[in-house]
Amino acid sequence: MITIKNLHASIDGKEILKGLNLEVPAGQVHAIMGPNGAGKSTLASVLAGREDYEVTEGSVDFDGVDLLELSTEDRAREGMFLAFQYPVEIPGVSNVNFLRTALNEIREYRGQEAISAKDFMAMVREKSAIVELDPKLASRAVNEGFSGGEKKRNEIFQMAMLDPKLAILDETDSGLDIDALRIVASGVNKLRSEKNATIVITHYQRLLDYIIPDVVHVLYNGRIVKSGPKELALELEEKGYDWIKAEQEEK
Amino acid sequence: MSETQTDRTLSSFTKHLRQTEISLPTNLITTSLNELNGKSFPTTRSEAWKYTRLTKLSKLSPTLAALHDGVNSTPFAIHSTGNRIVIENGAIHLNATRFETVSGLTIKRFSECSAEELQHIGSLLTLENEPFNALNTAYLQEGIFIQIADKAQIDSPIELIHLLTQMECSATIRLLVHVGKFAKAELTIGTWAAGAEKSILNAVTEIHVGEGAHFTLQKLQSEEEGNFQICTEEIIQDKDSVFTMHTVTLNGTLVRNNVRVRVNGTNCETNLYGAYLLKGNQHTDNHTVIDHMMPHCNSNELYKGVIDEQATAVFNGKVFVRKDAQKINAFQSNGNVLMTDTAAVNSKPELEIYADDVKCSHGSTTGQLDEEAVFYLQSRGISERSARNLLVEAFIGEVLDKNHNQDFAAKTNAILNERFGWER
Repeated sequence: MITIKNLHASIDGKEILKGLNLEVPAGQVHAIMGPNGAGKSTLASVLAGREDYEVTEGSVDFDGVDLLELSTEDRAREGMFLAFQYPVEIPGVSNVNFLRTALNEIREYRGQEAISAKDFMAMVREKSAIVELDPKLASRAVNEGFSGGEKKRNEIFQMAMLDPKLAILDETDSGLDIDALRIVASGVNKLRSEKNATIVITHYQRLLDYIIPDVVHVLYNGRIVKSGPKELALELEEKGYDWIKAEQEEK
Repeated sequence: MSETQTDRTLSSFTKHLRQTEISLPTNLITTSLNELNGKSFPTTRSEAWKYTRLTKLSKLSPTLAALHDGVNSTPFAIHSTGNRIVIENGAIHLNATRFETVSGLTIKRFSECSAEELQHIGSLLTLENEPFNALNTAYLQEGIFIQIADKAQIDSPIELIHLLTQMECSATIRLLVHVGKFAKAELTIGTWAAGAEKSILNAVTEIHVGEGAHFTLQKLQSEEEGNFQICTEEIIQDKDSVFTMHTVTLNGTLVRNNVRVRVNGTNCETNLYGAYLLKGNQHTDNHTVIDHMMPHCNSNELYKGVIDEQATAVFNGKVFVRKDAQKINAFQSNGNVLMTDTAAVNSKPELEIYADDVKCSHGSTTGQLDEEAVFYLQSRGISERSARNLLVEAFIGEVLDKNHNQDFAAKTNAILNERFGWER
């Protein structure tokens, strides 16, 4: 689904990603873990096309398309979705109005007809149930006055509506209590299929009890330095990141 | 060849105009002529015109235009039904005007009014150092008197269309509105131009809102660029009345609105809402005064602007609370979004409070669109252009949505669609 080769990216002249390699095939969930400042959120931002970051080297192939050549909106239209670590509050823009605009622009890009108002509302009802999001929230202004848990559920609701090929969950678990975490994780699990892929970026192993990854990667100092099965997450939880740092310094 | 000094005196401006033939009280005309005699247009040195340059306007010597009898005013109409008065280049266009008999409603030209009906004209209007008010008195071309009878509720629309259709012409119009006790009505005013340039509309509206009456004035200003308009609204409210005004400015090279509401009774409500969406070299200046003269009243003022390209805007809102006007709740807010580095706004909210038991607040914000929100919307597949439009609409929608008149909203949205490519 996505193949990242030797990716270098910097912000304000400071290099954050220093030759990152990652491959996530369709049908799989990959977790990316790592200490603070390793470059986890930078990776998510670069893939989503945030302009503050400059890609200086490397390539990203997204299902046969050169991702780095695309604008942010075209990445979304090609099937990329980023669940934000800090979802943005947008006063005055209703969730449904925004999602209908998004959905129709994506459909237009793909040469499909606009969705009818009736089908759209049916879809809103069906998808909001996946994350147990109160349908009333769907008609409220985007994230405005939402609790932390509601904001994260709203991210997954949007993901369900847009049905992406690749979803990147950036610290979606941060700040969630166990109940909210279960709801968000079960939403993500319901959306998993053989055709899509998910990258879960997290600081904590906890989330991975609910979203079982196929592969766990450790991101440190701008590179993937270790990859392994889901048990690697447990090991990291138990031992912290110091041994990874020590291992890297030895090299 | 050296550049000649431009003559910017008011006499140069009025040289092609004709003194009013309307029988206004003679002292008003004398005072006005004295005010204009030998004077010049105000400069940016005067506080009231600090951020609005009249240089371009002062260079004009507009003429009185002939009436175009063939003009089609229908495209400019906001309402399809009710009374419609069309004023073209300052003269009433009788063929396009539609008088409908509505119980409790009287609409007349000043020339048809009795001296008694016009006895209060000009009583709210300051002439001293207000050259546009003096011009509107001494050179008045047409006056319309609207009376709502006591206890009448007028449901059918009353619409006034100001239309400029000639080059460098002057249109000088007065409107006198008397809203009877416990009456309820809405007045729509549209200002338009078609094929006009360097033309100026000078419109003064005096409104008396009677005891317990509810009156709404909604103005849509959409003159083609290249034209000027100076609008002055003087309102006085009696006790227990509600006055609401919506001012939506979408076009025009220079638009100046002077609104003053004297709240001269207890238990009144005053709502002033303004939206301005500017681009090109447009300049819009909203000066408002809410004068709380009596206790136990509420006022709400919200003006919002979106300023694109090289356009500029001014907001100057004053709220006075007089010494004995206790228990006043007055809220005032002005918000602006600047879409480019060259767009600019001067915002000056002012409160002057002489009473000691009041609840008042005012605020002003100016900024750019939230770039994080733009990115968020783009990351969902929405183009940058649509994302910015959604955010601008949400911002200005707060004030546009205060008006529940569907005809007015439909016309506003049609122009926004045409000028900015929006779909609301």
